[in-house]
Amino acid sequence: MGDWMTVTDPGLSSENKTISQHTSETKMSPSSLYSQQVLCSSIPLSKNVHSFFSAFCTEDNIEQSISYLDQELTTFGFPSLYEESKGKETKRELNIIAVLNCMNELLVLQRKNLLAQENVETQNLKLGSDMDHLQSCYSKLKEQLETSRREMIGLQERDRQLQCKNRNLHQLLKNEKDEVQKLQNIIASRATQYNHDMKRKEREYNKLKERLHQLVMNKKDKKIAMDILNYVGRADGKRGSWRTGKTEARNEDEMYKILLNDYEYRQKQILMENAELKKVLQQMKKEMISLLSPQKKKPRERVDDSTGTVISDVEEDAGELSRESIWDLSCETVREQLTNSIRKQWRILKSHVEKLDNQVSKVHLEGFNDEDVISRQDHEQETEKLELEIQQCKEMIKTQQQLLQQQLATACDDDTTSLLRDCYLLEEKERLKEEWSLFKEQKKNFERERRSFTEAAIRLGLERKAFEEERASWLKQQFLNMTTFDHQNSENVKLFSAFSGSSDQDNLTVHSRQPQKKPHSMSNGSPVCMSKLTKSLPASPSTSDFCQTRSCISEHSSVNVLNITPEDIKPNQVGGECTNQKWSVASRPGSQEGCYSGCSLTYTNSHVEKDDLP
Amino acid sequence: MNFSEVFKLSGLLCKFSPDGKYLASCVQYRLVVRDVNTLQIVQLYTCLDQIQHIEWSADSLFILCAMYKRGLVQVWSLEQPEWHCKIDEGSAGLVASCWSPDGRHILNTTEFHLRITVWSLCTKSVSYIKYPKACLQGTTFTRDGRYMALAERRDCKDYVSIFVCSDWQLLRHFDTDTQDLTGIEWAPNGCVLAVWDTCLEYKILLYSLDGRLLSAYSAYEWSLGIKSVAWSPSSQFLAVGSYDGKVRILNHVTWKMITEFEHPAAINNPKIVMYKEAEKSPQLGLGCLSFPPPRAGAGPLPTPESKYEIASVPVSLQTLKPVTDRANPKIGVGMLAFSPDSYFLATRNDNIPNAVWVWDIQKLRLFAVLEQLSPVRAFQWDPQQPRLAICTGGSRVYLWSPAGCLSVQVPGEGDFAVLSLCWHLSGDSMALLSKDHFCLCFLETVAAVGTACRQLGGHT
Repeated sequence: MGDWMTVTDPGLSSENKTISQHTSETKMSPSSLYSQQVLCSSIPLSKNVHSFFSAFCTEDNIEQSISYLDQELTTFGFPSLYEESKGKETKRELNIIAVLNCMNELLVLQRKNLLAQENVETQNLKLGSDMDHLQSCYSKLKEQLETSRREMIGLQERDRQLQCKNRNLHQLLKNEKDEVQKLQNIIASRATQYNHDMKRKEREYNKLKERLHQLVMNKKDKKIAMDILNYVGRADGKRGSWRTGKTEARNEDEMYKILLNDYEYRQKQILMENAELKKVLQQMKKEMISLLSPQKKKPRERVDDSTGTVISDVEEDAGELSRESIWDLSCETVREQLTNSIRKQWRILKSHVEKLDNQVSKVHLEGFNDEDVISRQDHEQETEKLELEIQQCKEMIKTQQQLLQQQLATACDDDTTSLLRDCYLLEEKERLKEEWSLFKEQKKNFERERRSFTEAAIRLGLERKAFEEERASWLKQQFLNMTTFDHQNSENVKLFSAFSGSSDQDNLTVHSRQPQKKPHSMSNGSPVCMSKLTKSLPASPSTSDFCQTRSCISEHSSVNVLNITPEDIKPNQVGGECTNQKWSVASRPGSQEGCYSGCSLTYTNSHVEKDDLP
Repeated sequence: MNFSEVFKLSGLLCKFSPDGKYLASCVQYRLVVRDVNTLQIVQLYTCLDQIQHIEWSADSLFILCAMYKRGLVQVWSLEQPEWHCKIDEGSAGLVASCWSPDGRHILNTTEFHLRITVWSLCTKSVSYIKYPKACLQGTTFTRDGRYMALAERRDCKDYVSIFVCSDWQLLRHFDTDTQDLTGIEWAPNGCVLAVWDTCLEYKILLYSLDGRLLSAYSAYEWSLGIKSVAWSPSSQFLAVGSYDGKVRILNHVTWKMITEFEHPAAINNPKIVMYKEAEKSPQLGLGCLSFPPPRAGAGPLPTPESKYEIASVPVSLQTLKPVTDRANPKIGVGMLAFSPDSYFLATRNDNIPNAVWVWDIQKLRLFAVLEQLSPVRAFQWDPQQPRLAICTGGSRVYLWSPAGCLSVQVPGEGDFAVLSLCWHLSGDSMALLSKDHFCLCFLETVAAVGTACRQLGGHT
């Protein structure tokens, strides 16, 4: 045992590796198990080492044991226990240091060994449990395999049985088919036989009948007779006519007449039906066109080209419709066109409906997919929009109230007051408001103009005064100079002309300054329109002209305002459009169709203005 | 609804005159003619034997009475009671007799269908038509009375001859592509003749007045075929009832099938109104109840109440298991009738004998089903309005209209088993015929029917 220990000691680490490798490679092999057991058995042995060694060395054989140990150790590569001897004969001394070193090394080795042993043991255990597990797995799988094999066999058996059954059924079916065929053949043969028999019988029967006929009829049966009191007249009062070729022809004629009448009647009916159906078709077509065209025209800009062509088709058809009404009677020509166009429109309608369906489904899907986000966004947008609208409405109401108060407070002319009283419609109020503002502006303009005029007049008066004075002085001078200098006269004339020219220029500047000034003085700053106004106003300050220009002014002003503050208007525009649409709906039943566009525009315009105001 | 008193009758021979003024009925060998309004006897004629068949002439001036056993026909004039006419077919025998539409000729078919004799009442002339076919419906006259179509059989082939009724001249004669022709029928407009084959083969042929074949229709092969045929009064539809329990509607333009009306025993469609006749025995006092119950013959049992109940679908109808190995099995659609306005079609499937099916022709679907307690014997449409009268051989008459259903007990002592009925021209009354008696049933106007119905519901 000790031998074995010493033999294994030096290469332990390497061997340990190999063993571990070995075990890892062939965990299931019984040989490895055995080796592990061997390794395990070394544990108790190591404990007995001391006693063993104590027996090994006694006082008598110290030398031998030392030499033996030395030999042993050197063979295992340890340094010699003896000191290096100088001479051959000299007795080698025991090197204590070497002995201790060896001991130490041996102890270290021993410890290592023990550690390795422990590791190996735990591994062994692990492997053992692994092994068990795998074995159980193996057995389980084996069982499973067995059962599945059995199942497979069962299924195969069943399959075989079913196939067998199927074959039988096929056979049966075939038999049945054969049977049916046979029966059909039998039926057919029986039918022919029956017919044949029938014919035979019938022939016999006919023969008998003939015979009977001869017997009964040719016997001049006295009994066959009609006993009548007197002959009665025909129901139609006519006498019976002889049978001739003529009557035959007449009968034919009549028959054909009846047939013809019937066919005519039917034709008429069919024609009527046709006409009615055509009418329905036409109506359907018209309705389709009216249904399709407005729908298509709106999204035309953003929808792809295909619908564009479709629209053109629709328009073409609309054009054809009037022509077709002329061809109402000739059905062949109309028919194709009508059916074609109907088909076309039907396709359009179908595609449109399909598209709508798709959209709806898409919306549904989207709604299901990201319900929260969209709903929230929508909510916010909607609330924003609604709030804006509410604000707008409030403002509008406020302005209306203000205007009403103003109008009531200021003494207006009869027309406007009566109008005010009458108009409960928003439209009218709005219009009045617009008019009122315009009127105010105009009034301002007038006043400004008047002021400028008065200024000009004052200036003119002053100038005239100066001129008069100058003239007086000049006259005086002339008068004085008439007698003194002649050449001085000519100078004076020149001076006068120069003066008069300057005064003219002055006047001009005054005039030209006027229009330039006015826009500056305007509060809401719409230069184009105001310049227009000022241009038109002096020329024809009458109210009728004002009314004519009003709409254009409003347009201009709105445009201007929109141009000025595009950021501010953007959100408002939506509301404005909305209200605009509502407006149009409300105003349609009212009277002024022509006013409609203008009014709506003024409406938005006013809104925008109000928004601009603080 | 009012009922007249009960009059005697034999052989279910009771007919209104075409002008609606008179009512002819037979009692053994006597012919009684009554005024429709007063029911007073106008004339009474005595024939030589028991009358087997009567028929009014189209102008309501004459009545023929046929005594087939004797081979005799006697004609009576309403205007001249003393006028008489007797036609004896002698040893040739007689199996059928009918008026020509002009009311001046009588067509007699001899035994074995040897020939048809045309007797004129205006002249002494007698015409013979040879080779008439012995079949269900071998002669048919157009509505206007101009033409007669006659099925013939010569050399084992079927022919149709078209005669001009005014002078009995042969107008057309053509063979038909049939195995064994069974019936012919003119369309009401008189321009199309429907010809159908024997029940062994489903085949219907349509011929124009001039003998051209317009169309042929066959629904299936190798099975029993056509059982009944009816033209719609508008000539637009031809309803063909067959042994497979279906009615096929052909149209008059293409002569193709428009639709198929099945007669299943189970009704599942909730749209269909299902009237079910229900019988309720009148309430008896508790003391009257005895066990075992008294036999029917023991005493005059109070007739049980009968009324219609609207059954909730699905409903399964009583079916008859047909005996298929006998001739004329009780299967298939055997009765067909269009309403006078062509809006409705009433049918009876013979293996569901208790039910009458009313079909909506405008919508081409089943409209209502009436299930009676006993097999339907006969039904007839009111000539004026869509109103169907039904009898089942019991003591009740049943009326159906789109508005609803009505069951009326025929009053009188004993059981008046209504075996047949016929409407008066005006639709105001109808004659109810039992084996030995008949009575008239007067209907109120449409408005009054409702109240009558309620009253009847109250006390019948």
